[in-house]
Amino acid sequence: MSYRFNEVNKVREDLRSVEYLADDGIAGIVYLADRLQKPILVEGPAGTGKTQLAKSVAEMTGSRLIRLQCYEGLDESKALYEWNYKKQLLRIQAERNADESNSWEDLEDNIFSDEFLLTRPLLEAIRSDDPVVLLIDEVDRVEIETEALLLEILSDYQVSIPELGTIEAKQIPLVFLTSNNTRELSEALKRRCLFLHIDYPELEREREIILTKVPDIEENLGDQIARVVRTVRQLELKKAPSVSETLDWARTLIHLGVEHIDAQTATDTVNILLKYRSDIDKAIKEFSSDEDLNSPVSN
Amino acid sequence: MEIATHSPLLELLNGFIVELRSAGLPVSLTENLDAVEAVKHIPIEDRETFKYALAGTLVKNHSHWKAFETVFEVYFSLRGQEYELVDGEWESDDTATGEENQQEGQVPGQGGSQEGLTQEQLAEMLFQALAKQDRNLMRTVARQSVQRFAGMEPGRPVGGTYYLYRTLRNLNLEEVLDRLLTSSADSDSESDFLEERLRKDEYEHRIEELKKEIEAEIRRRLVADRGVEAMAKTLRKPLPEDVDFMHASREEMVALRRAIWPLTRKLAVRLARKRRHGRKGPLDFRRTVRHSLSYGGVPAEPKFKYPKPSKPEIMVIADISGSVAAFARFTLHLVYALNNQFSRVRSFVFIDGLDEVTDFFENVDDITEAIHRVNTEADVIWVDGHSDYGHAFEIFEEKFAKDIGPKTTVIILGDARNNYHASQSWVIKDIEDKARKVFWLNPEPRSYWDTGDSIVGEYSDFCNGTFEVRNLKQLEAFVENLV
Repeated sequence: MSYRFNEVNKVREDLRSVEYLADDGIAGIVYLADRLQKPILVEGPAGTGKTQLAKSVAEMTGSRLIRLQCYEGLDESKALYEWNYKKQLLRIQAERNADESNSWEDLEDNIFSDEFLLTRPLLEAIRSDDPVVLLIDEVDRVEIETEALLLEILSDYQVSIPELGTIEAKQIPLVFLTSNNTRELSEALKRRCLFLHIDYPELEREREIILTKVPDIEENLGDQIARVVRTVRQLELKKAPSVSETLDWARTLIHLGVEHIDAQTATDTVNILLKYRSDIDKAIKEFSSDEDLNSPVSN
Repeated sequence: MEIATHSPLLELLNGFIVELRSAGLPVSLTENLDAVEAVKHIPIEDRETFKYALAGTLVKNHSHWKAFETVFEVYFSLRGQEYELVDGEWESDDTATGEENQQEGQVPGQGGSQEGLTQEQLAEMLFQALAKQDRNLMRTVARQSVQRFAGMEPGRPVGGTYYLYRTLRNLNLEEVLDRLLTSSADSDSESDFLEERLRKDEYEHRIEELKKEIEAEIRRRLVADRGVEAMAKTLRKPLPEDVDFMHASREEMVALRRAIWPLTRKLAVRLARKRRHGRKGPLDFRRTVRHSLSYGGVPAEPKFKYPKPSKPEIMVIADISGSVAAFARFTLHLVYALNNQFSRVRSFVFIDGLDEVTDFFENVDDITEAIHRVNTEADVIWVDGHSDYGHAFEIFEEKFAKDIGPKTTVIILGDARNNYHASQSWVIKDIEDKARKVFWLNPEPRSYWDTGDSIVGEYSDFCNGTFEVRNLKQLEAFVENLV
């Protein structure tokens, strides 16, 4: 059996080469997922790069990314496979017109064959010959009953189709599931996965992310942005700024030609970082009032 | 062969998992096996990755991370590259950070190392470590100060917090912070307010790091003294979801508050989902015929009308009397969070009088302000400020019950300790007749219910559900069962 990765550090370096800065946890779990052939359940606040991780892994391994976006009401005909009704109907009608001699059994074998099967992302990932990365995005959006659909593929990498039998994976895909934790996922699902929590990055990592992702940014400014964002995240907000919002902010500042953030610039542009009126007010208050200087930040 | 080479590690891992389970983390057999498999691939020397690998296989809930980390630090504190448990571990570590130490003329080695250092020198080292954010120096300072100030003696039955307190008191970090701030302000004269603010955050962050180092050092010594199992047991704390609302410490309260947000979001999602998928409506003839065209006129797929989703209305009635003070604080946070999730939440608080506080929570971005207003402005005291559920409910009936409609869910929070007043449970019956659902959440253990002056039983006859909600787990179970 061949592995995709040789060591943890290699994973980190490779991810870096596709501009994804992984910390110890992320690199370690990705490496382990490959070794143990287990899916990764990625959880964390919105905008911390959960989906991007899957994309970057696909890019760095040169695999195709197959994505299943979950939503309420997703069912197996959208996730796994579906019989192509219309084609089957046409087939039956054509048969009827041609001649009556064909038995029903022949016909049945015929219409429940590969030709009439519409593959959906999960089945496609299994049947693919070339290496793939399967991304099951926002798995917490499906109902708990629908989760069961995923179990077979996640633990055994196979799909059972009553009419065709069991289809086994030609190669073991690397599977990522992301969740925003709007509900508790079932134990059965969690048990089958490695768990990875991606939080807001530490100061150093965030600075690095800014410097990598935003071209032409001065190191000084990048550093300052990262520090402002950290301070803002420490406030009690409805929605803390995500990494993508940090990057948006950095790009805006570049466009505005800002070289050094002072209280005024921060106040003027903080609406890019924060999306709620009350959060913005709170942040502006923090940026400018002097009386808070001596009282410790509540955290 | 494989097993033989790994066996000491496996043994350690087993103990580790047993401890995780006793700490309340649900570790299944599969996960156990996964962890065993995982450690074959990740060398223990790569400590951080090793930790994450174990966490990835064993801990599937982020709120358990802290508990996991504590147990991990205890079990593997004596391992890993910089923590090698060999004789003279002190030397190996001090030489790594030798430069600074040597200028202090310090002799490496346990016990002897601090004699050469005066208090001032140590303070200077501390200052330097924080100013430069020198990790190694920080660790050295942590060790030195624990050795010097904590006064740890083998076999002494004192908890780690005591030693932490003693060490921190002597280090006088407040003063160091001031000094750091003034010295950096001097060096950079053109700094504005924002810059100062950022700098302060930065130093506070570093001081937190130092505290962590000190804690780690104390823990390490305690483990060496008392053994792994005993230490793990001492440090065991309830998981966030098991913390009792009534007895939560300030720190735990903060954690709980954070946890409430996702919970109300869950509640919102649940209720919304229920609305959409609750039941199917009658056949939608038009759509069915329209759809049948794609099957050659055969109505193969019947289409149904879905009931129009109605917005859920919630009324929260919360006891904020002294007997449930801690719970009430939590309750108000819950109300606040609910207010942000649902457009139509009306909240009421009572002691022996009852008042509507919906406005206090609306368009308020600071929960503490809202709570302050509730506590000072709400008209909840009628006679003496002792709970009187009966009277409070009567007021509710008189003033607000008319607003309850068939879409309204009423949630009542309280211990139903009525000081032997009249229960007036007919009010609840009336509410139940009008409302969609009535739930009662009681912060007391079920075994206390209906003892003394608690009359929760009288009310619960008329509720669609009465729940013991003393911790997050139970609250979550309530939310999950709401469907």
